[in-house]
Amino acid sequence: MPNVSPKPELIARLEELKPRLTLRAGLIAALRRFYADHGFLETETPVLIPAPAPEEYIEAPAAVGGFLRSSPELEMKCLLAAGYDRIFQLGPCFRRDEYGRRHRPEFTMLEWYQSGADYLVLAEFTRAMLIFAARQVLGRTTLSWRGRTIELDTPWQYLSVRDAYRDYAGVAVETALAADSFDELMVTKIEPQLGWGRPTLLLDYPACRSSLARLKASDPTVAERWELYLGGLEIANAFSELTAAGEQRERFRQARENRRRDGGQDYPEASDFLTMLDYGLPESSGCALGVDRLAMVWAAVDDIGEITYPR
Amino acid sequence: MYSASDLKKGLKIEIEGQPYTVTEFEFCKPGKGTALYRCRLKNMITGATMDRTFRPVDKIDVPNVEEREIHYSYQDGDYYVFSDADTYEELRLDKDHLGDKIYFLIENSVCSVVMFNGEPIDVTLPTFIEKVIVDTEPGARGDTATNVLKPAKLDNGYEIQVPLFINQGDTVKIDTRTGAYAERVAKA
Repeated sequence: MPNVSPKPELIARLEELKPRLTLRAGLIAALRRFYADHGFLETETPVLIPAPAPEEYIEAPAAVGGFLRSSPELEMKCLLAAGYDRIFQLGPCFRRDEYGRRHRPEFTMLEWYQSGADYLVLAEFTRAMLIFAARQVLGRTTLSWRGRTIELDTPWQYLSVRDAYRDYAGVAVETALAADSFDELMVTKIEPQLGWGRPTLLLDYPACRSSLARLKASDPTVAERWELYLGGLEIANAFSELTAAGEQRERFRQARENRRRDGGQDYPEASDFLTMLDYGLPESSGCALGVDRLAMVWAAVDDIGEITYPR
Repeated sequence: MYSASDLKKGLKIEIEGQPYTVTEFEFCKPGKGTALYRCRLKNMITGATMDRTFRPVDKIDVPNVEEREIHYSYQDGDYYVFSDADTYEELRLDKDHLGDKIYFLIENSVCSVVMFNGEPIDVTLPTFIEKVIVDTEPGARGDTATNVLKPAKLDNGYEIQVPLFINQGDTVKIDTRTGAYAERVAKA
């Protein structure tokens, strides 16, 4: 049938995106295969949820009948408690008001959990997974991004948050926290330096930035949490899960109080999750990885709009 | 008041009584951290730039800035008199406001002025104007190179750089943003 109207801008854009969206599909297929090869079960938990985890700086959009999830974390941990010991999920997550070159209010999250593993076990798993995905999709393990290279198949850099603030921001991390400049220094001084030449795992975050992570037994001022950086870009966040119900309740209470103080929306209590913790969450670790951003690096583009359906 | 989430390239804001244009903008946010709105700002009066990072809770003043269409009328001593295209109200500007633009004023040309708290802070002329060259070295016949330049004078004494083939009496097009020669419009 002949085209009767001029080509709409959207159609032209989608034609232009086709090679990159095809590469993205190949990346996702490779990731799924890696999980299958390692005995992980693909799961689907609700996108529309009654109660997001209260976090100070993450806004789940309110929707009719609940909230659009900002992450599948609470529901996936309930699966862990029920004996699903290796699980992953790929799907949309939502964060209100996040829009920029590297952010969209809707994005694709890859999240996985493993019983009996700590955050360092997950780091090795992540390394093996990215090497596999690069070989499958690109046929090489050296990424080329923003004019520089990143070699995946090499020992990754493990850099503590403490050392990063000292070396790149020139201040003690305690000083940055006290001056309320932790995030600003992170974004302006530290992140741009991370993950060049080889990936960087920034690890052991201050306890006050631990979210749902377990504190380190050998140094309870920090949490067992890492973030993966490739070429200055934050790709994934992982931690050894906090399993202590009392401590988690207290952190949620504190986070809700801070949210109210900052004028954020109050969420209902995540009662299924907290009841599950009382029953018992196994020792475990989990990681959340931004698929759009990983695809950006695989496709060598520095704009999330170049690797997603226009939104 | 603006919220930080209103910030974008091109937005005009006010900080400590000065009007600024956002010339570069980037949304940053560590996954678990606070959102940061990184801006490069250009002072609309002085042209000076500075970097400023805003947070979601920040409120930002809206400057009392308006842009009006004005037409250039005539020179009155040290003053250059314009009239508002809508109200015909007279606006008298001096060299402090106009700088080298005084050399590119053409009677009845359509210009625009940015007013901040009722004071003119920036005038924009038509991007291109035409002027006659009143004095320059004779043109080298056949030399059509545009990269070798020589000085030439306009009727108001302003000196511009023109290609060698331009002669006295030629009419040329000038870019008023830079004061640079653009092309020859008519031969003498």
